[in-house]
Amino acid sequence: MAYNLIGKDFAPPDITAKVTGRAKYAEDFRVEGMVYARLLTSPMPHAKVKSIDASAALAMPGVLGILTADDVPAQPAPNKSILSNEPMYVGEPILAIAAESDQLCMDAIDAIKLELEPLEFTVDPLQSLYPGGPNARSDGNVAGRKAGQPYVKEKKWSARDFATAGEGQLPMGPPEDEWVYGDLEVGFDDSDYTMDETFITQGLSHHALEPRSCLSYWQNGKCYVHGSSQSQSFVMPGLAAYCGVEMKDLVFIAEFCGGGFGAKGVAYTEMAIPAYMSKKINRPVMLRISRAEEYGLGSARPGFQGRVKMGFDKNGRIKACDLYIIQENGPDRGMNDYISAADALSLVYTPENMRFRGIPVETNTPPRVPQRGPGQNQIACVIEPLLDKAAAALGVSRLDIRTINAPDNSTLYGPQKGKVTSAYLKEAYDKGAADFNWEEKRKLSGQRNGSKVMGIGLGSAYHSAGYSGFDGLVVITPEGKLNIHNGVGNLGTYSHTSTARVAAEVLKMDWDDCTLLRGDSRKHLPWNLAQFGSNTSYTMTRTNYVAAVDAMNKLKEIAAADLGGNAEDYEVDGKRVFASADSSRNMSYAQAAQRAVELGGRFSGQEAPEDLNPMTQAAVAGVAGSGLVGVSKDTLPQEGTVPAFAVGFMQVEVDLETGKYEILDYVGVADCGTVLHPQGLAQQIKGGAVDGIGLGGYERHVYDPQNGLPACVGLNAARLPTILDVPSTMEASAVEIADPMNPVGARGIGEPVQGCAAAALLSAISDAMGGHYFNRVPVMPDMIVNASMGREQSHGPLQVNTF
Amino acid sequence: MAKDMMQPFELYQPDTLENALSLADRFGADGWVMSGGNDSLDWFKDRAKQPVAVIELGGLSDLSGIKAVDGGLEIGAQTTLTEIATSELVRDKFSLLADAAVKVASPQIRNASSIGGNICQDTRCWYYRDGLDCYRAGGTTCYADTPEGMNREHCLFGADRCVAVSPSDTAPALVALDAEFVISGASGTRTVPASEFFIGPDVDITRMTVLEPGEILTLIKIPATFAGATFYFEKVADRNVWDFALVNVAAAIKENGNVIEDVRVVCAGVECVPKRLTVVEEVVKGGVRDEETARLAGQSAIRGATPLNFNHFKIPLMENLVMRALRDA
Repeated sequence: MAYNLIGKDFAPPDITAKVTGRAKYAEDFRVEGMVYARLLTSPMPHAKVKSIDASAALAMPGVLGILTADDVPAQPAPNKSILSNEPMYVGEPILAIAAESDQLCMDAIDAIKLELEPLEFTVDPLQSLYPGGPNARSDGNVAGRKAGQPYVKEKKWSARDFATAGEGQLPMGPPEDEWVYGDLEVGFDDSDYTMDETFITQGLSHHALEPRSCLSYWQNGKCYVHGSSQSQSFVMPGLAAYCGVEMKDLVFIAEFCGGGFGAKGVAYTEMAIPAYMSKKINRPVMLRISRAEEYGLGSARPGFQGRVKMGFDKNGRIKACDLYIIQENGPDRGMNDYISAADALSLVYTPENMRFRGIPVETNTPPRVPQRGPGQNQIACVIEPLLDKAAAALGVSRLDIRTINAPDNSTLYGPQKGKVTSAYLKEAYDKGAADFNWEEKRKLSGQRNGSKVMGIGLGSAYHSAGYSGFDGLVVITPEGKLNIHNGVGNLGTYSHTSTARVAAEVLKMDWDDCTLLRGDSRKHLPWNLAQFGSNTSYTMTRTNYVAAVDAMNKLKEIAAADLGGNAEDYEVDGKRVFASADSSRNMSYAQAAQRAVELGGRFSGQEAPEDLNPMTQAAVAGVAGSGLVGVSKDTLPQEGTVPAFAVGFMQVEVDLETGKYEILDYVGVADCGTVLHPQGLAQQIKGGAVDGIGLGGYERHVYDPQNGLPACVGLNAARLPTILDVPSTMEASAVEIADPMNPVGARGIGEPVQGCAAAALLSAISDAMGGHYFNRVPVMPDMIVNASMGREQSHGPLQVNTF
Repeated sequence: MAKDMMQPFELYQPDTLENALSLADRFGADGWVMSGGNDSLDWFKDRAKQPVAVIELGGLSDLSGIKAVDGGLEIGAQTTLTEIATSELVRDKFSLLADAAVKVASPQIRNASSIGGNICQDTRCWYYRDGLDCYRAGGTTCYADTPEGMNREHCLFGADRCVAVSPSDTAPALVALDAEFVISGASGTRTVPASEFFIGPDVDITRMTVLEPGEILTLIKIPATFAGATFYFEKVADRNVWDFALVNVAAAIKENGNVIEDVRVVCAGVECVPKRLTVVEEVVKGGVRDEETARLAGQSAIRGATPLNFNHFKIPLMENLVMRALRDA
């Protein structure tokens, strides 16, 4: 379908501010009377606060106040605390100090006498599951959410569970979560080749360039918060609860976000600290969070200790899969990565019979929250190299073993036999193979050049990519302009704009006549989902579409009322609404909007549909009378999971003598339906690949078992890849087959573009090494050198926190 | 307990060496001589080191520049790594040093960092940098040299309570070039061979060089000995920019035909000092430079290596790098 705006590049409305430095991030704001706050964080991985003597600190001139756990509402266990008297990881906030300057805050913190009683701790889930092993929490060692409700309990496996596992294999005691479909025994019996592999995936920090500093103050009973957030409207309920205010009394400003990668998708506890401090000392408070602090309280991706048994028939079709994941869950509620990993496995590789078992085990390491492809990207790193291993054993092509197991539009996946809206993973592989020249490139596998050897890899990843049921709101002003009210947020991908352009497309308006209203809850923003889960492209095209359709219908109704005939007799052209049969019978959008104001009621927002979210109702009331109001809840048909798939092909040259490798080529292909914004998509595919190279081969996240200290704080120690570690050019494209459940055919893509690149890298390294599989991510130069020189690895197969 | 916020200090920016030495002498152990600041500011931001006075050497233009002298070079200690990496004088006859300098950190850091600072920088052991009370910090324990210690980046040789390593890329190159370092102090000037400038924990566990409080490294002298020789420098780090060497190797080889007349081979990242591999030098000297000599060089390099729990890989890595130095130079 030919569009005017969709599929075309555009200049995002916030890009000039970013490029020129005028963009104001949370920490850039200043208000009259503003003071600073800094945190005293735990130096121990688990401890009880015995006493806090802040008298010397509070006596220092310019020091204005202290906020402790006793000043803020306790959160129900095992949810993350705002401030804690029982810190459970190094870096957990214990108290905050406010002072006239940032420097003074830290000097005051140095003057505080804090008495801590050390408690037992662990940084290794298996250690905690062992009989008598340490618990990360006083109330247990297994925690998470079930049916939306948080739980915490103590759970130990028997020594026999450990003893029967076999040397170097994952013990598999009683799980916390389990599902099965089909008959595993039959599946394995039908298999020509079976593998049983223990694996490790490392946790990871998010590395957002902008630490989560936050400004808060109170005016006329309202709480103002300037935060660093991926999302806007979706943050409001949680933030209001943290701050102890009703949503109508909360103003949330988050126009720009210097990176979130999942850790700033929803309201987080740190935003409430300056709010409470401000209330206590009656001054606006800027809570400064440093980069080092961000590596603790900024949370992390969970790591896995896992085991997967897979049976294949002679063609490579997966007949049975038995997956067990122990998740390193951090000290609180954690994130369901392990469940999502199983879900992804069941969809991406469609095993005919499958069982999943898993258990989230608490550790005294940073809280675990979503990070780009939470679960899906870890499991891609595990499974894709193992497909290569199976392909080699069975003598089938590495491409074929992927496509033969790939889902399509008719796939029913997981224990619920869930549908998908559409799936073109096979087509993505076909396109990638053509773009990469797979048939020629794969002949280079194993080619030697001195100490260097060529490796060719490929892989895919998945994330669900869209939801429904949220609200859209647009206003055509009496000047004939279109205001698009957008509550989704600004993760940094510009999808806030690429999806808003759908409203302009429906109303056939020039983009220059449209204004995006966003980034501040005072701008009458509707209830929209957060910018997480690769969902924006799908979810927000729907909301903007239904709002624009409502506006268009009202234009036609007004025209019919004033100019005669029925609404369906009218069309729009972007400036005017006119009778199809006689275009001289027309009125401009401006005139129609003026008429809407005069008519009132639902035309100008004095009345709103009852099915709207209360937040949207309030937004509509805010714009009421300002023009023709298009507003609607997204009730468009929606059946099945909306999937996003991405594939990557990579060529590397590994130096067997040094363990270093060069990535010579990368091709990424997205299956994301209609492409909304080509530049944005290319940037996602390429940036996601850089992120994936970090996941697969570079980044570190290590907690010392002796003292729980983080060894990888900062952008240097965490070793994210640099410009010279990634290919200088990469190729990006898309399958471009529209999704039937989206009015413009779009699906999201943000997350799998990381996982597929990580998988392709791991696949390529193992290919270069003649089929040596590490069963561990990341694969670092030391591991490659050890393997290529025939030496044992320094770490055991189940060891975590390895350098 | 507070971290991540620099503490207040007095900043001195002397414009003559005399003034700098006078300040360094006045403040003694309370003073901190700072060059480009890339090492120092890390310490200050973490409040792990809290000097009363910081004496910044950037204004001492006399300490900057590269001169040809008697077939060798004299390099002011404040000369930036970028200047060294791009200097025709260095590249012409002593490219080993340029090749090492260009591998340091990142372009931005090389623009701001001096050769003197790169040589004198403190070790990167993460426990020590974290401000823990380890031996090197004046305490009575080593957190890295334990059954559970995270010691992937630590030493293979010369452990003595502390297992930290020399992090510099230029230091092994300068040792390989038989460089000498000129040190000024309140009581005068002394010249120390590069190979004796660096000290291990057995000599003094709290510092990495012979520099005493109040002393300043002013000049690096490279003699003509290896001018125009065959050189090899290679650094292996986890990433290609902004990283410290897991192991690096610097070699200077004087050949007559294909017979090795004289040779220096030095590795960093394996001991607290840049490790000159005299055994390797003895093995290959007088021999023909071929695959066999290279293989023997590699094997000899790792004799006596004692790995910790997570750094076994440094043994084959060091062996391979030394082999490559002889094979591929």
